[in-house]
Amino acid sequence: MSSLTMADAALKRKRVARKRLVNGAQNGVWLLVVCALAFAVMLPFIWMIVTSLKSPTEVFAYPPTWIPKEFQWSNYVEMWNEAPFGRYFMNSAIVAICVTVGQLTSCVLAAFAFARMDFKGKNTMFMIFLSTTMISSQVTLVPTYLVMRTLNWIDSYQALIVPFLANAFGVFMLRQSFRTIPKELEEAAKLDGCSRFRFLWQILIPLSKPILASQALFAFMGNWNSYQWPLIITNQDSMRTLQIGLRYFVSGEGSTQWGIYMAAALVVTLPVIVIYFLVQKTFVESMASTGLKDI
Amino acid sequence: MNLSMLKADKTVKQQLTPSAKKRKNKETFEAYLYLLPSLIIFAVFTFFPAFFSMVVSTFRWNLPGKAMFIGLENYIYLFTDAIEAPIFWKSLGNTFYFAVGVPINLIISLMLALLLNRKIRGVGIFRTAFFLPTITSTAAISVVWLWLFHPAQYGLFNSILISLGIPIQSWLRDPLLAMPCLIAMGIWSGMGYNIIIFLAGLQSIPSTYYEAAKIDGANTFSLFRFITWPLLGPTMFYVLTVGIINSLKAFTEIDVMTQGGPLNATNTTAYYLYQNAFQFFQMGKASAIAVLLFLLMLLLTWIQFRFVDRSVHYE
Repeated sequence: MSSLTMADAALKRKRVARKRLVNGAQNGVWLLVVCALAFAVMLPFIWMIVTSLKSPTEVFAYPPTWIPKEFQWSNYVEMWNEAPFGRYFMNSAIVAICVTVGQLTSCVLAAFAFARMDFKGKNTMFMIFLSTTMISSQVTLVPTYLVMRTLNWIDSYQALIVPFLANAFGVFMLRQSFRTIPKELEEAAKLDGCSRFRFLWQILIPLSKPILASQALFAFMGNWNSYQWPLIITNQDSMRTLQIGLRYFVSGEGSTQWGIYMAAALVVTLPVIVIYFLVQKTFVESMASTGLKDI
Repeated sequence: MNLSMLKADKTVKQQLTPSAKKRKNKETFEAYLYLLPSLIIFAVFTFFPAFFSMVVSTFRWNLPGKAMFIGLENYIYLFTDAIEAPIFWKSLGNTFYFAVGVPINLIISLMLALLLNRKIRGVGIFRTAFFLPTITSTAAISVVWLWLFHPAQYGLFNSILISLGIPIQSWLRDPLLAMPCLIAMGIWSGMGYNIIIFLAGLQSIPSTYYEAAKIDGANTFSLFRFITWPLLGPTMFYVLTVGIINSLKAFTEIDVMTQGGPLNATNTTAYYLYQNAFQFFQMGKASAIAVLLFLLMLLLTWIQFRFVDRSVHYE
């Protein structure tokens, strides 16, 4: 009897061990495959970093080297001298920050009206807001440019900022979030003599910090990475944003200095990547629900 | 995106007392104050330009000259002119050629999402790796890939070809290869976003379905075929249509890497629009292209909404 149970237990142990082994092997294979794929995906980034640390002669060496013979850190200094990247950086930062703040403000106000108020023409207004998402920037490109030309806004910060101060996606997302906050809270606040605006400012906004953060991030990233509109609306070097500066830097005359180009590309990318790592979770969630990358 | 979320709440119709009516009017006024900032921006920078685009498309307007009304001549010109029409048709063809990357991307992303849909420690690192290209600016990515595709032997891809014993290619400078190169880069940079969407979709499938099927003896393939595939259907359709609409808008990579060349091999309609407007300064013709592009996108959006609506009912 007891020997039988012991044999049973031994068998069981063996089975568990085998299962663990199979699982382990499976995980091992999985890890290998995913590692290889991830490496392949990261390859352009790795190559960018490697090249950014090479001297001009090593850049053109064949066969290419994966580890620079001597690290040419000066590429990262050189780029600021070759083109006014400091100015580009400042322009990008001014525009992206202004758009983020302005867009968030207009979105919060509109979302508040849609989520918490009852008014005539609400559904029509909501459809009007949503319909803007179907009108792509390509369609409005030429007329908006003509408007800017009439206003004499070409080569100005206004031209880079003002058209992006409203965003229907943002209104939609914030409305969804505002609606989840219980009506009782608003009624209680009202009884205590709290005005509607104060309720928004002191109760609703503090309660919606996560969604506001992700929306802010989204606006910032979209604007930082935006390309076509700044390309069209800026002519002077002093008004260019980073993305446009990078483009003219690379397609400019003279010998191709890939080491410096790659350093510049990395610097242009860095702010968004840093922000991404800081707030990865909200970022990915908001990406999954809204889903646009560049403007 | 769930379609039912798109509808604003239904206002309850009821008889109102005079004081309640007054209160409602006051609320309406206040609500429009809140909407005002957005409404002004939309009016000036979305609705007016969309309308104005149609108006401009009926003019010959070569900057810095004056505009002249010519009716539908711009459209006729685009479709029938001996020099213009072939380029325009080619650009439309290129637009759809470029969109071929979208279904390929979808398949690759789905496979990667299935691979990454595991509860294993450290899986987050891999997700980040696949997602990084998506958040990087397209301009920077394009510069990096311009370097990868360098036509000399020290270009990374060429050096790999040499080590495999294949003759080197001129990639972006080759009319036949340029578009596939752009598509490849597009897949690489767009994958992360699709994977995120697919992972969200996969995680919303109740695990009980899989457990029940496993008890009934289903193998891995039938689990995928009869549970994952149909339940992920709406997600895939969403990713496909959004991807195609976005690919119609592609501009940055073309401008940085090929400028529509070589021999218009990568000149898509969106890029052709830009060329006409901001290199040749023919605002009328560019607007006609914009209107046509808009109609195409509208058609796709309509298909998307119709299909999504249906699939919701089907469930």
